[in-house]
Amino acid sequence: MKSSEPRKFIQLLPHPVLTMVLWIIWLLLNNTLAPGHIVLGFILAVIIPLLTTSFWPEKIILSNPWVIFKFFWVVIWDILIANMVVAKLILGPSRRLKPGFVLIDLEIQHPLGISILANTISLTPGTVSCDVSPDRKQLKVHALHLENEMDTIHEIKQRYETPLIKVFQSC
Amino acid sequence: MLENILAILILVGAFFTLVGSIGLIKLPDFYMRLHGPTKATTMGVGSILIASAIYFSQKESGVSAHEVLITLFLFITAPISAHLMAKAALHIQTHQSEQTQKK
Repeated sequence: MKSSEPRKFIQLLPHPVLTMVLWIIWLLLNNTLAPGHIVLGFILAVIIPLLTTSFWPEKIILSNPWVIFKFFWVVIWDILIANMVVAKLILGPSRRLKPGFVLIDLEIQHPLGISILANTISLTPGTVSCDVSPDRKQLKVHALHLENEMDTIHEIKQRYETPLIKVFQSC
Repeated sequence: MLENILAILILVGAFFTLVGSIGLIKLPDFYMRLHGPTKATTMGVGSILIASAIYFSQKESGVSAHEVLITLFLFITAPISAHLMAKAALHIQTHQSEQTQKK
């Protein structure tokens, strides 16, 4: 690890994850797997992170790929289920709805983790994240129909925050 | 067979987009109306894009994966715009419906 070879490699690829994502996005944009595009995409994916290093102050390491994979499917499943529930709520009489604000105490500290958590909350129907407190300790969430405040908080913390903490703890 | 699946996917997508738009008219206050558009993007656009991916993969005998990108960009941008609007609404203290449980 301390030899010069890996260090050179790290300097060339300051953000390996970003490189991978850019490479995949390039190939998807061109909708091809032609060898030329694979090479061109790789060159761009190496150069762009090098030019934009100053925008990415903290290092992003994705540990626990299995947790990410599971988290992804949990979110997709929740989107499916929650869409049905919310469609029913919207089409039903709106006088019976009980909207409300919930404050969630954040345990996760990594900024990217917080933004992914907020994004996930907004994507799963029925909840929209509205505001983060300036000290990044609390997230204000608006729920379309609030049956039981504690249940909602517990569900969000357990289903979304716990896996994200695991993913970002090493950063 | 495949056409049936595609038809169902497109109908489901259209239905949820419609529900999102109905929510936009029907719900009583700003924060609740905010839930409408986020719905339309996730489920409605999602299933229409899956249908599109399947159709073009079939037709042009090659995998069509553009749609994955559309989904990705939508899923990144939709919550951010919703978040910004909610934040602005909180800042100017937009009217909330009486049913809202205060916190």
